[in-house]
Amino acid sequence: MPDTPDIADRRDAVCVIGAGASGLAAIKNLREHGFEVDCYERETSVGGAWNWRHDRSPVYAGTHLISSRPLTEFPDFPMPDTWPDYPDHRQVLSYLERYSRHFDLERDVWFGTQVVSVVPVGDGRWDVTTQSTGGGSSRVQRYAGVVVANGHNWAPLKPKIPGDFSGQLIHSAKFKDPAQLRKRKVLVIGGGNTGCDIAVEAAQQASTVWHSTRRGYWYAPKYVLGRPADQVNDRMLKLGLPLRLRQWLYRRALGLTTGDLTRYGVPEPDHRPYESHPIVNSQLPYYLGHGRITPVPDVTSLDGSFAVLADGRRIEPELVITATGYRPRFEFLAPELLDIGEDGRPDLHLHAFARQHPTLAVVGLVQADFGLFPLAHWQSVAVARWLRLRVTDPERATAVQQKESTRPLASWSRRRVVPTPRHWFEVDHTDYLRAVEGLLREMEPRP
Amino acid sequence: MKSELLRFQDWTDPVRPVEREVVSMTEETDAKLPPLLFVPGLGHGAWAFAEHWLPATAARGFPAHALTPRPGGDLRAHAHDVVQVAASLPRQAVLVGHGAGALVVAYAMGRYPARAAVLAAPVMDGWPALGAALRANPFGTLPAIFGGRLRLNRKQLFGPGLPEERATAILDRLDARPRRELVTHAPAPRPAGDPPVLVVGSPDDRVVPRKSLDRTATRYGGAPLLFPGMGHDLPLDVAWAEPIEAILDWLGKELGH
Repeated sequence: MPDTPDIADRRDAVCVIGAGASGLAAIKNLREHGFEVDCYERETSVGGAWNWRHDRSPVYAGTHLISSRPLTEFPDFPMPDTWPDYPDHRQVLSYLERYSRHFDLERDVWFGTQVVSVVPVGDGRWDVTTQSTGGGSSRVQRYAGVVVANGHNWAPLKPKIPGDFSGQLIHSAKFKDPAQLRKRKVLVIGGGNTGCDIAVEAAQQASTVWHSTRRGYWYAPKYVLGRPADQVNDRMLKLGLPLRLRQWLYRRALGLTTGDLTRYGVPEPDHRPYESHPIVNSQLPYYLGHGRITPVPDVTSLDGSFAVLADGRRIEPELVITATGYRPRFEFLAPELLDIGEDGRPDLHLHAFARQHPTLAVVGLVQADFGLFPLAHWQSVAVARWLRLRVTDPERATAVQQKESTRPLASWSRRRVVPTPRHWFEVDHTDYLRAVEGLLREMEPRP
Repeated sequence: MKSELLRFQDWTDPVRPVEREVVSMTEETDAKLPPLLFVPGLGHGAWAFAEHWLPATAARGFPAHALTPRPGGDLRAHAHDVVQVAASLPRQAVLVGHGAGALVVAYAMGRYPARAAVLAAPVMDGWPALGAALRANPFGTLPAIFGGRLRLNRKQLFGPGLPEERATAILDRLDARPRRELVTHAPAPRPAGDPPVLVVGSPDDRVVPRKSLDRTATRYGGAPLLFPGMGHDLPLDVAWAEPIEAILDWLGKELGH
């Protein structure tokens, strides 16, 4: 007889996978809707990506928020108003730890426990197999719902660059400390926020810095008109300025400050402003202007101690950092449960609800011109309200599901974005929150 | 309909930070119990709770804090102050607002999921409160309508039992400068996290009419808990012990102790 573990039925309880920002918000909001929650976290403390104490955290010493504080904090638990506009990663982790303690969330978290598999067993219920990260026997428990909040910034996406490199080649996930750059010749590959941040860090530490980007981006400053840039942008959204006008103002604002970066050899953007994930970096143009960063095109191959560039040039870096992002991974789930296509992208309603499985949801799998925490908060409120409605009023839940299936994709998903692998889950925060609010209103509890 | 999710004002025009006055009594309290955060009404400060209600709360084991919302601040700034202090406490807090402070608490509840909330003699509907104030104390109230000071009188705030000297001392300490908002504000937002809410008051309150009290209680799904004979100033009137003990009893029941 094989050793079949007993299945412990947790009845109406919901399983949350991951105790990062999204998982914590899910625990809190499920609890507020009357659910018992078991959360599994493979690390030994909360914070997920921001928990720099563990290996998989993408955080490096200089990490600061890209979006400003009011657009990043949870809508029902503000950061201290004495904090700076752009808190650093230590403050963000302490904020998440405080959130967890304040609402006593850790009492439902099983630390050092990995989810091995999540299997539907009919009637909307799930068998969740967990195992201690130290090994040992596994355990199966049955839940009424599963909320996946395992993050999307921990599995590095490493580019395949042909050839062998005799120097040091690391992914940005392994970049932690500016000392790694000191007095070295550094090539940073990637034009995203991380790539730009590391290039700027390198400009202050390294002897030579090359920054390789495949395409041109709009590099927004962190401040315009005396305010954090995202707050100015939202002021324009509040006034209802049309996209074309905002694009024009955006170009004007850049024209008045950093100006045309192509004069330093940076490629011209192949898209309009607001058509890619915003790259916010005030210091990149500064160091370009001071000659501390040399922009270079795509790296086509590596050859011994050389990197070969798309224009045929050869440069000789000692350290190559690929800041090419991360990819979401859901190994514990069969791909069809989340409608994951061959490109590895789940197809979810509002990037959150599994289309075929009403009791399976993902929280935090979005990217926006906005902080992630508020979006994860409202997603988890919607998930909790949905799961509650299914219990209290199945008929109405079916009606809501039918109505939602007619919600046009274009109303909440960003259409006009550059076609790169990291833009498929890009949303516009106002469109997205409006769509989530629409769903919340349909599920409004009746008095 | 106004969006609850798109909070452009919070995002683009954050309230400025200030030093906030918070009086705390946490010695020999039980850290496992939720802290109570008291918010005073018009003209009052944290001192109004420091006299009786804070020690009474701490004596029952609850960590007790009272905040003086920023002088001159508007309703939004005051609610911000309450949320900031509540979020800074180690555990999810119970918010207790008195008078116009109850309105501030009602607004703060829209931005913070309180463990529970108590609205004591809540000045939630501005017009009836203004009408009642004009009836009970026309000469003290009229200047306030034109931006002057609001002079509350003894009959409005206290029952007949409070010694004259004591009443005068408290009245002298008040500095009430109501803002137009107190009357014209929009209805309070829906509370985040759906906390249990208790409304307490007195049928003999000359500031908050009985009807208004009932309306507020109905809005939060209950009936008001009444303390006949007391004036508006529940935390300072001579029978101050009755409402706070009743509040703490209710809280104990809500928390399942």
